Parts: sequence; structure tokens; C-alpha cells
Amino acid sequence: MRNFLDFEQPIADLEGKIEELRHLADTGEVNIADEVSKLQGKVDRLVTQTYAKLTPWQKVQVARHADRPHFSDYVDRLITDYQPLAGDRNFADDHAVLGGLGRFRGQACVVLGHEKGGDTQARIKHNFGMARPEGYRKAQRLMSLAARFNLPVITLVDTPGAYPGVGAEERGQSEAIARSIEGCLQSPTPLVSTVIGEGGSGGAIALAAGDAILMLEHSVYSVISPEGCASILWRSAEQAQTAAEALRLTAQDLQKLGVIDRIVTEPVGGAHRNPEAAIASVGDAIDTALDELTALEPAALKSRRREKFLSMGRDALT
Amino acid sequence: MSWLETYVRPKIKALVGSPPDIPENLWLKCDNCGQMIFHRDLEANHHVCQHCNHHMRLPIATRLALLFDEGAYETIELPKTPVDPLKFRDVKRYSDRLKESQSKLAAMAAGSGAVGDHRDAIRVAHGKMDGRNAVIAAFDFSFMGGSMGIAVGEGLVAAARLAVLQKAPLIVIPATGGARMQEGILSLMQMPRSIIAVQEVKDAGLPYIVLLTNPTTGGVSASFAMLGDIHIAEPGAVIGFAGRRVIEQTVKENLPEGFQTAEYLLEHGMVDIVAPRSQLKETLVRVISLLTPGAPDAVADLARVEAELEQAGSADLEIPALAAGDDAGAAGGKP
Repeated sequence: MRNFLDFEQPIADLEGKIEELRHLADTGEVNIADEVSKLQGKVDRLVTQTYAKLTPWQKVQVARHADRPHFSDYVDRLITDYQPLAGDRNFADDHAVLGGLGRFRGQACVVLGHEKGGDTQARIKHNFGMARPEGYRKAQRLMSLAARFNLPVITLVDTPGAYPGVGAEERGQSEAIARSIEGCLQSPTPLVSTVIGEGGSGGAIALAAGDAILMLEHSVYSVISPEGCASILWRSAEQAQTAAEALRLTAQDLQKLGVIDRIVTEPVGGAHRNPEAAIASVGDAIDTALDELTALEPAALKSRRREKFLSMGRDALT
Repeated sequence: MSWLETYVRPKIKALVGSPPDIPENLWLKCDNCGQMIFHRDLEANHHVCQHCNHHMRLPIATRLALLFDEGAYETIELPKTPVDPLKFRDVKRYSDRLKESQSKLAAMAAGSGAVGDHRDAIRVAHGKMDGRNAVIAAFDFSFMGGSMGIAVGEGLVAAARLAVLQKAPLIVIPATGGARMQEGILSLMQMPRSIIAVQEVKDAGLPYIVLLTNPTTGGVSASFAMLGDIHIAEPGAVIGFAGRRVIEQTVKENLPEGFQTAEYLLEHGMVDIVAPRSQLKETLVRVISLLTPGAPDAVADLARVEAELEQAGSADLEIPALAAGDDAGAAGGKP
């Protein structure tokens, strides 16, 4: 059973019709090939049209789509010899942030990112991708490991935000995020970050202060969730749609603002309609980004990264 | 509030000035214990309630005067930054909110005779603390809840560079709800930017001290504010990442007593010192002098250069810049 978003209802209806026809064909002798291909053409056009002009709020929904490929899907297809590593050596192993050693297109590297989980059980296990301090401390640990062994770092960002809990606060959520950002900024090796779904606030930047910041076409990245922003500024969570527009959280706006370096095109109808193609495109984009960075010495890399962030926001969106 | 109250009245007040000898409120009510406090007592006690020791919000000019020697300091003009980069509008235009806050601050400053840059929620000042140079970047909570956008980030970068230039310690005093939503992703980017700023101070071998005041939350606490060499907090200050309400809604249970207060953070290992306002300056001075034992005290340095010049018998030598301590000695020795 496919999951359809609200705005995909016309697409869902057409696909339902095709299903019905196929069912008829299975039982009877009616030749429906022509009819099905006509309908399929219609579906394809509708999908293309719909996804060509998604509103910011629709992008938020696509970015959060349950069938969108997650961290583990990327690792399965892009990383060979993957060796997951666990724990922050302090308190616990946070399943909202996963990572380890592996090979990306032959090159040994450290890969880490948020995992939201693909089904209900997994989502609970991974706490919906909302990390506690241990997650950010695990990230710091893996970044230090990369630094020590001169390995590039690949991060995949997909989180609603850091987990707001009592224990998380007591164990220093703020400090853990701050140190994780610092860890990214001080990395002596190339660090390429890709927002693959939801880039939620401090929890996202904790893994995204990299040399190259890529974003999937329909992913979002924001200082606060549209719902949170709406309930504070409009005093009504119903205004989330309006807030999504005001926040400029789409990949397209963020590129104009100079916050991200590159948009990775998604397959027609979004990454969830063709995960393999989406993952392959992200792989190619990471490869290109790493290629441009590997020649740089640690000092040059660090100062280039500092300059990149310092110059952000100095030119406003026109 | 209408524009008459928020805009016109402060403007008129700024023009004609408030009558100086008729203070508006002689008595203030403590917002913690509810007891009445005479305004002179309040000022004498650095805005700390004498009944319950509640640390009330200190106006930024008073805060800076409290920490610098003889209350003397200079503020620097902050770099110009883009205004309202997203053309953000909620129930109100962000550019209007900014203008309102700016005129409110200008009116307050005119009333108190304070000087400085009032464009946004940060003030960068430098002066002497126990005779040594120090740079302080203080958040102004009265400006949009002290929220951090591009201007604040740029202020922190400027403060860090000033500290490096003066070879002075950097003290940052947050009083903020966190990132400024109206600047969207660009406010989030102030987290790495501010961290880079304090890295520059650390790279220069200078102390970076955070004085956490009420409140220090959200994106500010999750960036430069938790990366100090030393963390000092004011009693009762709320410090944390997520807001109380958000946590309550998420965990659906009552929060522990004193949750996210300075004392609670001390207990949980996130701050070094909780110091009452009356002891802030001496605590800061002690910590800074212990961290920089080799750094020549500015006053002593001047005396030493003068003495050396006198010894060399050359009165017409130009006194070299104090910052260049070693060179000054060499110049004095070779007239």
C-alpha cells in the first residue's frame, strides 16, 4: 500500500483506477492495455506537474514522507564494507544518530547521520530521528576518528530537531549540539553534508557545518518547524502553511540565500517514488563535492570553511 | 499598543526629555516575591530583590557599568548587516517590529543618557576590568527578546576580533530566547558563525568567558554560550535548549523542581560558578587574572615603559603602543 500525501489525491485516484482495471483484466478477458497506458500517461503528467510546483508546505510533507529513503537506505546502497560504530563513551548509544566506517566509491570514510526509521517499530527505536546529547557526542567521536585517520566525513541530515526531554537537558543537550557544530568546523578533512529529508534546527546544523552542503530538491531546512513557528508568531499551529512560506525553508530558497551549495535533483514525483534513483543522485553529488575538496590541505580547508560560514547572510536575498 | 504609544510618545519623550527630578515609579514590585522595593534600594542592590534575592533583569547600560572599572566603557559601532533578508511577515512585518524595537531602545537610551549602538539586540563594549583591557558583548533582552539574527552574529564576530586585536579576554553575556525566527535559516547559521567567532579568541590564547543570565536558551545556548572556557551564571537564570512548555508537551509529566535554573545546571555539571550579581565582577577579574598570569597588566605596562624611557634618558621618544609589550621594552632599551 502506497502512502499518498493530501495534495496527491488526484494522483492516488488515477492510480486506483489503473489498479481496478488491472484487476478486471486478471479476472475477465477484457483487453485493457490501451486504457491502462492512457491512464498511466495521465498519471505521469499529473505527477510531473504537481511536483514541478510544490508549495513550501507541500515540500515539508514530501520531506517528511514515510517512504522517503532514510540514512540506512543510503548506507546500504552507497557504502561498502560498512562497519557501524556505537556509543558516545559517556552514557549511551543514541539510535537517532547512526554512523560508522565504510567505503564510499572505494575511498575509506566516516559516514554518519540521523535515522528516522522506516516503520513504526523502527521509528520508535530511532526516536523519530530526534537525538539526545549522546547522539551528538557520538557524532563528535566519529568526527575525531575521521580526523585522526585522515578520512573524509559524509553526513546525512534528516531530523525534526533535537529531542526535547528532561534527561536530554540534564545531560547537556545544548553543550552537545554546540560541540558537534564545533567538531564539524574543526574537521581537518573534507566534510560533505546532505540534507536528505528534514533539516530541523539545531539538531540539523549539529551535523551540517560542512565544506559542502547539499540538499535534495524537495527537502527542507529551517531554524524552527513551520508548526512551531506558527504557534509562536501566529499563536495558531493552523498557520503552519503560512509559516512554511515565510521561513524560506526550501532548497531553492536556501540556495538563493547562499546557505547551501548545491541542489540534488530528485526523480519525478519525489525520492519516495524512486529511492534508488534518488540515492544514486545523492551519491554522485557527494562524489563531485569530495573531489573538489580532497586536494585541500587541512589548514586551507578549515579557513575556507570558516570563511564560507562567516560570509553567509552578508548578502541578503533579492 | 498603538503606534501613538510605541512610536510617537517615545519620540516626543526623546525630544523634550522626561522631567529629571520626578521619577515615574518610586516603588517597584519584585516579580518573584511580590514585595515592594524602593527604587534607590533596587539600584543600590544592582536590581536584586533585598527580600528574596531574586535577580531581576538589569538594563544593559547598568550591566556594563557594573563590570567595567569606574563604570567607564566604550561601545563600538556594529557592522551594517542586511535588514529583513527574508522580507518576513507574520501578523506584523518584521521590518516594522525592528523599527519599533529600535525606537524603543533609542527612547530608553535618551532617557538614561546611555550611548551606543541601538540597531539590534547586542552591545559590544570595551574598557578596563581591574586595570586590564576587556571586551564584553552583552545581549539586550529588551530588543526582540535578545534573539540572535545576522546583526547579533556579526556583533559577536566584531567583539571576538576586537578582543584578539586588544589581546583582551572576551566576556559574552547572553540574555536571549534563542534564534530570531524572522531571519529563518540565516539565524540558524549564526550558530556556526558565533562558534567561529569564539574560536578566533581561543586560537589567540585568550580567555573566553560566558556569563549566563536569564534567560539563555535555544540556539544561543546550543552554540557559543556553552563553549566558554569558564561558565558563570547568575542565580536563578533559566538556561537550557528546549523551552519548558515544549518539554512538558513532549514528555507529558511534571518537570523537576528548579529544572533549567543556574543552580540545576551547576548540579548537572554544565556551569562552573553561580555567582550573585554583587560578586560578578570580582569573580570575573579573579578568573581572568588566573588564566592570563603572563599577560602584562596594562597599568603596570605603562609604568614600566615610562620607567625604561626615563632610565634611557630620552624624553622625546614616542611611547610605543601598549599592545606591543615586548617591542616597547626593546625600544626603551635602545634609544
